[in-house]
Amino acid sequence: MDWRGWAEIVFTIALTVAIGWPLGLFMSRVWAGDRTWLDPVLRPVERLTYAAFGIDSKKGQTWLGYAAALIAFSAAGFVMLYLQLRFQNLLPLNPQGFDGLSPHLAFNTAVSFVTNTNWQSYGGEATMSHLSQMAGLTVQNFVSAGAGLAVAAAIARAFAADRGETLGNFWVDLTRVVLYVLLPLSIVTALALVAAGVPQTLLANVEAATLVGVKQVISLAPTASQEAIKQWGTNGGGIFNVNSAHPFENPSPLTNLIEVVSLNALAFGTVVAFGRVAGARKEARALLAAMVILVGVAAAAIYASETLTPQPALAAAGISNPTANMEGKEVRFGPAASALWAAQTTGASNGSVNSMHGSFMPLGGGMALFMIQLGEILPGGAGSGLYGMVVMALLAVFVAGLMVGRTPEYLGKKVEAREIKFAMLAVLILPLAILGFSAVAAVTPVALEGLLNKGPRGLTEILYAYSSAAGNNGSAYAGLTANAPWWNTTLGIAMLLGRFAYAIPVLAIAGAIAAKPKLAPTAGTLPSDSPLFVGLLIGIILILGGLQFFPALALGPIVEHFQVLAASR
Amino acid sequence: MSMSLAKSGAFDQGVILTALKSAFAKLDPRALAGNPVILATEVVAALATVSAIVAVSAGQPALFAIQIAVWLWLTVLFANFAEAIAEGRGKAAADSLRATRVTTKAKLIIDASRNAMIPTPAHELAPGDIVLVEAGDVIPADGEIVEGVASVNEAAITGESAPVIRESGGDRSAVTGGTTVVSDWLKVRVTSQPGSSFLDRMIAMVEGADRRKTPNELALAVLLAGLTLVFLIAVVTLTGLGAFSGVTLDPMVLGALFVTLIPTTIGGLLSAVGIAGMDRLLKVNVLATSGRAVEAAGDVDTLLLDKTGTITFGNRMAVEVVPAPGVRPDAALRAALMASLADETPEGRSIVELARNQGVTAQSPAGATPIPFTATTRQSGLDADGKSWRKGAVEAVLKTLDLSENQVPAELRQAIDKVARSGGTPLAVSENGALVGVIHLKDVVKPGVKERFADLRRMGVRTVMITGDNPVTAAAIASEAGVDDFLAEATPEDKLRIIRTEQAKGRLVAMCGDGANDAPALAQADVGVAMQTGAQAAREAGNMVDLDSDPTKVLEIVEVGKQLLITRGALTTFSIANDVAKYFAIIPALFVGSLPALAGLNVMGLASPESAILSAVIFNALVIVALIPLALRGVRYRAIGAAKLLSRNLTIYGIGGLIAPFVGIKLIDMIVVALKLA
Repeated sequence: MDWRGWAEIVFTIALTVAIGWPLGLFMSRVWAGDRTWLDPVLRPVERLTYAAFGIDSKKGQTWLGYAAALIAFSAAGFVMLYLQLRFQNLLPLNPQGFDGLSPHLAFNTAVSFVTNTNWQSYGGEATMSHLSQMAGLTVQNFVSAGAGLAVAAAIARAFAADRGETLGNFWVDLTRVVLYVLLPLSIVTALALVAAGVPQTLLANVEAATLVGVKQVISLAPTASQEAIKQWGTNGGGIFNVNSAHPFENPSPLTNLIEVVSLNALAFGTVVAFGRVAGARKEARALLAAMVILVGVAAAAIYASETLTPQPALAAAGISNPTANMEGKEVRFGPAASALWAAQTTGASNGSVNSMHGSFMPLGGGMALFMIQLGEILPGGAGSGLYGMVVMALLAVFVAGLMVGRTPEYLGKKVEAREIKFAMLAVLILPLAILGFSAVAAVTPVALEGLLNKGPRGLTEILYAYSSAAGNNGSAYAGLTANAPWWNTTLGIAMLLGRFAYAIPVLAIAGAIAAKPKLAPTAGTLPSDSPLFVGLLIGIILILGGLQFFPALALGPIVEHFQVLAASR
Repeated sequence: MSMSLAKSGAFDQGVILTALKSAFAKLDPRALAGNPVILATEVVAALATVSAIVAVSAGQPALFAIQIAVWLWLTVLFANFAEAIAEGRGKAAADSLRATRVTTKAKLIIDASRNAMIPTPAHELAPGDIVLVEAGDVIPADGEIVEGVASVNEAAITGESAPVIRESGGDRSAVTGGTTVVSDWLKVRVTSQPGSSFLDRMIAMVEGADRRKTPNELALAVLLAGLTLVFLIAVVTLTGLGAFSGVTLDPMVLGALFVTLIPTTIGGLLSAVGIAGMDRLLKVNVLATSGRAVEAAGDVDTLLLDKTGTITFGNRMAVEVVPAPGVRPDAALRAALMASLADETPEGRSIVELARNQGVTAQSPAGATPIPFTATTRQSGLDADGKSWRKGAVEAVLKTLDLSENQVPAELRQAIDKVARSGGTPLAVSENGALVGVIHLKDVVKPGVKERFADLRRMGVRTVMITGDNPVTAAAIASEAGVDDFLAEATPEDKLRIIRTEQAKGRLVAMCGDGANDAPALAQADVGVAMQTGAQAAREAGNMVDLDSDPTKVLEIVEVGKQLLITRGALTTFSIANDVAKYFAIIPALFVGSLPALAGLNVMGLASPESAILSAVIFNALVIVALIPLALRGVRYRAIGAAKLLSRNLTIYGIGGLIAPFVGIKLIDMIVVALKLA
């Protein structure tokens, strides 16, 4: 641990916010349907899209209509992707001649990409054809992120509305966000990555002879393009199995910086856009502050854990005075960049990795796990981070807001039984999916077959898998072989719950919020833009998340940590 | 307010005994159906009892199991007790009301022309019946006076023993069943259905018979039920996770963990807080028709206040006598005093009072002739010993003195203008046919009102003054009283219009009123406070009745509403914050047997797993009892603005809620160990 590491963490987060801010301003115009400087090029494409699909772009949807569109779109995406993966062997652009995927793997993968999770039960370079990657997975990388950002736009409009009936139009939001935000960002980033040395090719794998004469297969793929949307869309699904730890996906500290910034910038920007559209700029800054503080604290905790806690295993291996636990970390990135990436990818529902979380010290890995369990709102996935944070803000306002002697209000909208009901429904999904599935898997022999470790580490692997799935994160705690019917199926269900059993209550909240009159703030209104509110929000997030998962975490990373301490005495 | 309805103290012995009995009666699961948190606690308590019995009958050591079961039952009982004691205070008040119910026979007039009557039991009277009530009779039902004027003792309803005048026509024509005619007689047309009279409604309200959950209570109940489910998931799944980790978990201990985690504190006190809120209103002699109205009072954004009686005393008072040029000030004052000696109106008395305060007194000379005020002369005064004093409307006095306006000295003209511009009323004073000065009559703002409006403003409540005065007068009083806005030359329809406009902006409006023409506005307002002495239509339209008929009461009502919400929020925050410490007590205790490394989480240094669990359960039960007084009394309300109030309460109940159980559980653990209970 040294000052350079701390400086790197602070600098990177600051840079991410600095880039996210103008992006948010731009996206607020996209959400609002305003003119942008990209209009001359993209407006015709947008019009053509509406014409081709028969979309009446002026027509608003109620929350039910919006939710129905989201589900219909996701269901159609799932069916198409499932069929494409099952039968990729019959389709072109398959230079390696890969087989079609098994039903359970195709189910898991299709769900995974449609829900913006990008959990990968497969190794990309040994499973997926170029067509599956480009026309299947990458398409979902764009549109699943677009769907999340569309829901965020809907809830922003709900807060702006005064007795409104509609939340906007899902098809329009989806089209505009993908066209004006995700595509341009990805093109620019992909080109930057190519310039920085990331390969982009449709050629088949190359065989090389190593110095010792062994034949090595060098996997090739259109990497840079997927890398860009993988990060911007908080997808996280790598072309290669080891994701951004792979030297083709992430060859240098420069590409690492580009990728880690694009991992969180849009989520921060979404909050800014929310503030603009909802007419709550200061309050949005408070949400942003809570996100930045918590992701910063998590990065610091992981960095400290990887560099400060005693490492008895290394000591036993004869390494005296190791400066950091470097197992599973890339030397070209070092502990600080690895810790920061881990915090940012688990705080967002991204799930890309540049180091192996399963090789972290117990508390470092536990922190990554806890970040996912906090609900993927720090700053969260494309759109989903914002709307998850708004749910937390509603709960915070409700619990503490009564203490100012009024029915709580958030952004000029009263928080009443209906909002609380749907907020609790959404909040219940995580413990149900994570703890429920984990508890069953922990005593189910067929599930345990895929587990590498016993004891606390094994339990952490299980918890991490279901947390990652339910949180739509997609990263893994190595040690679990998940490509088996049990895991593919249950993880797929967890992903579906985490996405839709959360987004639909959120849309219901948006519908209720929109219908309420917009109240002007008075001196009696709970201020939701103050440092005090940031503290309150952080407290609610930590206490609510901590209370749900503390017992399970005690049996996993926490007890392992104490065991490590005991072993190093 | 000579007697208060809610006079019985919280810890009156009789109330406590009744509450204790009722706490056991409420163990019936059906009674707990509306309270999922406490119902869940009861289920766990029952399961713990079974497992304790099993242990005892199997001859195993069962001291621990028995204690856990007992404390879980106590948790439920404490919660029931809290509710029962809150209800008990209302019941005591209701019983005293019930005692005043009419049992005598009413004199039902069956033929008005011949005054033929038949005695009829009060409960057989139907709306439209006309009854005769004479001195000494109890009025058998609510009604409107159709004939007669009488003084009525309404102590049964208001606690106020001085009789009030009730007469037919106008806003004083409503009478209430259960009150007594003291002198004269009345013919009353019955307006209430049997069983739904004002008294019946009062009893029902006070008892909380048809207490339904308020919107905010409902939202909070959803949150608490949701949290209960979250903890159910967290605890139940521990069995699977524990099995994987090689930990054997005692179901009893898991049950104890579950109960300590679910928000039993606020769950147990929630309904007590609500009942206590109504009770606090009752203490200031206000009856609310529903808890919803009390809650709405806390949310009020705009207060519509009648100027007269609420903001000002309602009578203009003399504040100054401006002498005419060349007249000594005390001579002018003396002339004003002489002109008012025979004037018994409040204005006249205020002039006498003003003079006395400035050291000028006089007795009415013997043989003096009072000159009364008439509508044509518009002045009054006194003639004695050949001298004469007059005071009255400026034009009228000038006319009598045969002066044109231009003949009035410039200084005096300016003084008259100034008084009028400031919203006051100028009265000219003459002595022996000469103009000697001008009295400044002013609508005097009640003391303390301005400060209360400032308090309200700090809490985001806007005050709007409604008055029939002209805009100049209204503006002057508005600025003196510090209201945010005013409506001059207002009609009852204007009130209704203002309420609708405010509500269209999403604001909640409170107002008070007593006239029949206030009824539509009272019904439209979110909080409509009717005066007990007011018209029957007004009393039925409002959702609160002020038994003291004091329009300033609406300020207290707003404060009680806010206090109710604050108390609820504070206890919820406290309850949730408590859980952190409970985890640190129970989680290590639960696992340390199989995973010794987890002893590191035992930050409180609790003696043994058993003592830790027992202490957490005991703390969880006792904290309910400890907070009953707070729930009943309510968290103190301070008008310091939302931001400061939040930071203050968050510190006390949030941070305090985090820390208190660490201390409490540690102390209980030391006692448990000292008593060798575990």
